[in-house]
Amino acid sequence: MASAPATASGAHEAHEHTHYTTTGLDNRKIAIWAFIGSECMLFASLISTYLVYKGRSLVGPLPHEAWTSPAGQVFKPILNMPVTTASTFVLLMSSLTMVLALAAVENKGKPGYEGLLGSSKTWLLATALLGAAFLGFQAYEFTSFVHEGLTIRTNLFGTSFFTLTGFHGTHVAVGVLWLMSLLFIDLKRGLGPKDAIIVDISALYWHFVDVVWIAIFTLVYLIK
Amino acid sequence: MATTTAAPASAPVHDASPGQTGLWSWVTTVDHKRIGVLYLYTALFYLLVGGLEAALIRTQLARPNLSVVSAETYNQLFTMHGTTMVFLVVMPLSAAFFNYLIPLQIGARDVAFPRLNAFSYWVYALGGLFITLPIFFGVAPNGGWFGYAPLSGPTYSGGFNMDFWVLGLQILGISSLAAAFNFITTIINLRAPGMTLMRMPMFTWMSFVVQFLVILAFPVITAALFFLQFDRFFGTNFYQVQAGGDPLLWQHLFWVFGHPEVYILILPAFGLVSEVLPTHSRKPLFGYNVMAYSGIMIGFLGFGVWAHHMFAVGMGPVADSIFSMATMLIGLPTGVKIFNWIATMYGGSLRFPTSMKFAIGLIAMFTIGGISGVMHSSPPSNMQQTDTYFVVAHFHYVLYGGAMMGIFSGIYHYFPKITGRLMNETLGSWQFWLNFIGLNLTFFPMHFSGMLGMPRRIYTYDAGQGWDLFNLMSTAGTYMLVVAGLIFAFNFFRSRKVGALAGNDPWGAPTLEWSIPSPPPDYNFAQIPEVTSRYPMWDLKSPERTAGLEHSHADAAAITEAHAVPIHEETERRTAAELGIPMPFNTIKPFMVALGIIVMFSGMIVLHAGKFPLAMAMMIGGGAFLVGSLYAWLTSPLE
Amino acid sequence: MSSDRAHADHAHEHPTWKQYKWVALWLTLITIVEVWAYYIPSLVASKGFVPALLAMSAIKFSIVVLFYMHLKYDHKLFKALFVGPLFIAACTLVAFLFLFGNVRIG
Repeated sequence: MASAPATASGAHEAHEHTHYTTTGLDNRKIAIWAFIGSECMLFASLISTYLVYKGRSLVGPLPHEAWTSPAGQVFKPILNMPVTTASTFVLLMSSLTMVLALAAVENKGKPGYEGLLGSSKTWLLATALLGAAFLGFQAYEFTSFVHEGLTIRTNLFGTSFFTLTGFHGTHVAVGVLWLMSLLFIDLKRGLGPKDAIIVDISALYWHFVDVVWIAIFTLVYLIK
Repeated sequence: MATTTAAPASAPVHDASPGQTGLWSWVTTVDHKRIGVLYLYTALFYLLVGGLEAALIRTQLARPNLSVVSAETYNQLFTMHGTTMVFLVVMPLSAAFFNYLIPLQIGARDVAFPRLNAFSYWVYALGGLFITLPIFFGVAPNGGWFGYAPLSGPTYSGGFNMDFWVLGLQILGISSLAAAFNFITTIINLRAPGMTLMRMPMFTWMSFVVQFLVILAFPVITAALFFLQFDRFFGTNFYQVQAGGDPLLWQHLFWVFGHPEVYILILPAFGLVSEVLPTHSRKPLFGYNVMAYSGIMIGFLGFGVWAHHMFAVGMGPVADSIFSMATMLIGLPTGVKIFNWIATMYGGSLRFPTSMKFAIGLIAMFTIGGISGVMHSSPPSNMQQTDTYFVVAHFHYVLYGGAMMGIFSGIYHYFPKITGRLMNETLGSWQFWLNFIGLNLTFFPMHFSGMLGMPRRIYTYDAGQGWDLFNLMSTAGTYMLVVAGLIFAFNFFRSRKVGALAGNDPWGAPTLEWSIPSPPPDYNFAQIPEVTSRYPMWDLKSPERTAGLEHSHADAAAITEAHAVPIHEETERRTAAELGIPMPFNTIKPFMVALGIIVMFSGMIVLHAGKFPLAMAMMIGGGAFLVGSLYAWLTSPLE
Repeated sequence: MSSDRAHADHAHEHPTWKQYKWVALWLTLITIVEVWAYYIPSLVASKGFVPALLAMSAIKFSIVVLFYMHLKYDHKLFKALFVGPLFIAACTLVAFLFLFGNVRIG
């Protein structure tokens, strides 16, 4: 067998084809899905712990029930449904703006597309802002809980609740940073169909954070 | 290039890419082979550390009522022995092989994310120091390698000791997870044309399964460790019984991770011997498909057996029965592997170099450990054995007799590929027999001392309980293992310099990594090979062995696209530049990100010391450095 | 080149604004029903409350994953990478609820 007789022209071709892959899929997309699979186990652990400790707190405040302390102080059920419903809606809508951002990047340059749906800059900014709004609601929720006497040290509910929602909030915060970075690139040089993959993987992450919230909203807030 | 430092000066290797020598080139390398070598050396260093810890433990236990070390030191020694061997030795030795072999076995030029790979290594190397250095100051972790809470919580372990453990394991988890995403992507997406999943070498198959175990098991320990970290640093109540916390929460979370971890430790060794046995039996692996499926089966069932570590806590008959049955079930795919290896040798034309001796040693020793494992799976029997030396005997048979024997087999087998030279067979034989006798002398008597009721983790014992002789035997065996280890080290370093030259394929092995020079050039394959069967090198050199197996060609489009050519041996060494193969640039950025992480975690220790401003400075500074380096990394081109 | 090829197909198969709009509408509607049910004591007390909420949550979860994350249209490999871990995660969660006595058999 001939060993290594690559010609100069072969080399140039090779350079252009460095992205040959077995499946034809992008490496980064496979990695992000594996990462999301891994995150399922992280959130399953956090949610399991929250559920295992549900109803086991020795003292209040409690999520869905009123509680009277031995000193006679009355604590209302602490969860604030109107605020959380609003923040849930905000996060759901951020998934819509995210898919529109991806569609705008994928279809950039196609006649008539941008006029119809707005530019990728608009949608990336909208998504980041909605994410930031969600974080704002969470900050409001956390501070009002602390004012009402529930901290991460108070009881098992406080411990597991702040940890679970705090981890989720951290994921949202990372997502907002990621989106801002994409927006920065978009403003600087413009994102086009060739960059669709980097928007795609951030979108997958963003939607995953959204579906985790869908689970948390039901398991923590709605089920009493 | 990977081996300029590792390869002897007289080897017929002309340096393919100049400038790739010296410390800086190792800190900035992104070559999977050099990173594999880094893993290998680092893990062997920690093997020395963990081995010395074991020798001290056994010296303390040689006779009743000795006081070689204090009770506190003993606690630190057994905790660090376990932690070191699991997280700093066996996993990284496996990682050394993942790094070195997976791209070579699937016909790729590197892993999918070369810089992420460097990052994984540096997080491991620095995290290893983070968790190991405290022992020199007497503040090493002392709560057991599984760190049971509430014992490991703030109430009962108030000092710094368990801080290092909690934070150190978090750091090492980052390394394992990053590597796992990388290898999953590599194996799915960088296979050469024609290298279908069912043609992958068995080592790559087992590694593939292990990566999934890592991405699914490590998040659970991450969560459990965060809880413990919050309890210790922020006063939360996760494991605080006085606040209503459940003392079993940690145990369940830990073992949901811990049991898959067992397979993370053993499956790579299974993969290595599955390469060695067919090569030296000169016969294809018996039941290839079943071997692959049983690996998947072990991985899958591995998530459903965790509570068999907890029969003693009293989970009730339903839970006990379910976990007991699942545990017995997992013995089946494992047993299938044993029989397949034996059937691979049956009727083969056997050779017995050291790697083969170790591979056969694994089959025998792992079987003993596997059988005592099935004994534990029965709750009534388990109640007698749990927390005694019987369990210590069991898991050392599977991890020393299994994982380490497999890894030694792999080192002897692949040393010539990595260095271009063969290891000395006479010394290898000495090492094997001392290892084999030493490990049985150490661990077999533990079955008896355990059955006689000797508990684990006690730092000394009174005479007259029937344990004295067995303990003395165990200690004598340990010293034999130390001698065997020294022979290995001598052989390893000596052979690097004066071993016989190996050539491409010293063993007549069947897989792709043997078609290229030893040590391989930095680009691995000058031309990507087109794979037509499971044993491409035998198709070329011993076609009679593979005549009965399925052969087929990849689709023409894929071959054109990858510039793949038929299977051939590459003997010529040229530079990547001459061949026009684009190579990733060396970069310091992954190291910097890893450093940022370590500084952040160290800030937590400073926080515990009560130096709040300094702690904040370290955490915020480390975090900013991490994010800045990460942005610099992501915005700079790979090649 | 196959990645371009794959990418072109994949962009072509992505759902469009019409579908995205419907998905958003369904997500909103289900959320409204969920929260409405939360405020009706007779519903909360009924046996079907928790299963119904779990089902609605599962529907929302699934449509985001299938349409917004394009799993319905994408390569089957991604389905495997997501559904496999999700299955193990769900089984572990349910096992925990049994082991800690939150849910009992019978």
